[in-house]
Amino acid sequence: MSGLIDIRDVTHAYVTESGPLPVLRDLSIAIPEGGFVAVVGPSGCGKSTLTRLIAGLMKPDSGEVWLHGEKVTSPRSTVGMAFQNPVLLEWRSILKNVMLPLEIVPTTLTRREQEERARKLLSLVGLDGFEDKRPSELSGGMRQRASLCRALVHQPNVLVLDEPFGALDAFTREDLWMTMHNLKAEEPFTGVMITHDLRESIFLADQVVVLSGRPATTQHVMDVPSTGPRVLDDLYTPEAAERLNILRRQIEIAQGRAPTDAEGTVS
Amino acid sequence: MIRKVAVPIAAIVVFLVLWELLVWVNDWPNYVMASPSDLPAAVMKFWMLFLEMGWQTLWRTVIGLLIAIFVGVALGMIMGFWRIMREALYPLLVGFNAIPKATVVPIVALLFVGAHNFNTVMIAFMISFFPIAVSVSIGLSTLEPEYRDILRSLGASQSTIFWKIALPKTLPEFFGALKVSVTLAFIGTNLMEIVSPHGRGLGSLFDSGKTNSDYPLMFAVLIALAFLGIVLYYVVVVLENIFAGWAEREPS
Repeated sequence: MSGLIDIRDVTHAYVTESGPLPVLRDLSIAIPEGGFVAVVGPSGCGKSTLTRLIAGLMKPDSGEVWLHGEKVTSPRSTVGMAFQNPVLLEWRSILKNVMLPLEIVPTTLTRREQEERARKLLSLVGLDGFEDKRPSELSGGMRQRASLCRALVHQPNVLVLDEPFGALDAFTREDLWMTMHNLKAEEPFTGVMITHDLRESIFLADQVVVLSGRPATTQHVMDVPSTGPRVLDDLYTPEAAERLNILRRQIEIAQGRAPTDAEGTVS
Repeated sequence: MIRKVAVPIAAIVVFLVLWELLVWVNDWPNYVMASPSDLPAAVMKFWMLFLEMGWQTLWRTVIGLLIAIFVGVALGMIMGFWRIMREALYPLLVGFNAIPKATVVPIVALLFVGAHNFNTVMIAFMISFFPIAVSVSIGLSTLEPEYRDILRSLGASQSTIFWKIALPKTLPEFFGALKVSVTLAFIGTNLMEIVSPHGRGLGSLFDSGKTNSDYPLMFAVLIALAFLGIVLYYVVVVLENIFAGWAEREPS
């Protein structure tokens, strides 16, 4: 198995005062070009560790992470990241915030082209007219939109999202789901998203990976095939209800709250 | 804008009127407490000295403060970036800060006999660097890891992270501390000028007011010091608005 993002048998433990704390065990995930995978799992199962490994911010104890056929050993500019906390720089305008990666990543764009690119992304997420505002003047949802633009501005191959919409209210979150689909149509990317929201996972991703409790390994993989553009109504169909049910059961197993047999299905 | 200037001035006028009333109602002679109406005469009598000594106090305070900024920021960076240095230096700094500087004045004066300007600048520096060091170290050490990650994941170097994120993000804390340090530095300068008299600065003018029983002069010196303190404080406020104005939110 190989893909644009290829996580192979990754095992990782943190060093704590009470001995090593294993968080990932023999975890393998492969995401093909253009794919978008949602990773769900119990709290504290090592999902954020996974994003840091993909971004090259840390190295796994064993196993390998490959991006685009290259082994990840250090941070690389072909990755774009967004977190639950939008971490915008309060002293910069929204436009300058979005342009931040272009100041660090080598680019062939002129200053003018950089600005045009940032403006185009901002308009894609519905932030036209807010380019010169400060982050503190924007709502939480708008800040997160700007943060997504920043993650994409340098045209990364890979987008890594760590619970990007976790702190937003339900309606704002649904708006942002639609924004994500718009972005993906206009600016295709390959992505991994960590989330706690099962509806979000089946609405945004074409594959959902359920991680087991700590140390986390792949417990269940669900494909979510798409027929045409998705709309919010898709979440209220019997198929969606069934998928959510299966995922909920899998989470319960991962939390150790459901009895299981050898295949990992609910008895 | 009018409000911004008029309100503080009105408050000062009210304060002076209350002070005048207090002295008048109690019928205190001016060796108990001089009243504001005694002060103009006291200033006029020695206005040349006020200018000269005020300048000496001002420049020595400013130099002391600049050294405090330099050393405070350096210490703050060391403690902010390296946890082990923070653990090592904090008790030392707290202990040093807890020592009353009035007791350090004679030590410094004996250590560098005759170097009055140097000694005064030293005390101004010693009394004012602590808040700066603490605020910079807290600002740097409480930087959310996501801020670093955003830049590190793009391959940015440590120094890029410092200049683009850590430094600007720490500026509001830094200016908050600087406002405290400005007034502390004045206290330091005057401690040296009064405790170890050497005929320079407003402190020595205060001292001579004391020896000559010129009580209005003593009060006039205090007012002059307050005035200089206010001026320097607002210089810091202007700098803060230029460099960290983003931290102030529009009143909603």
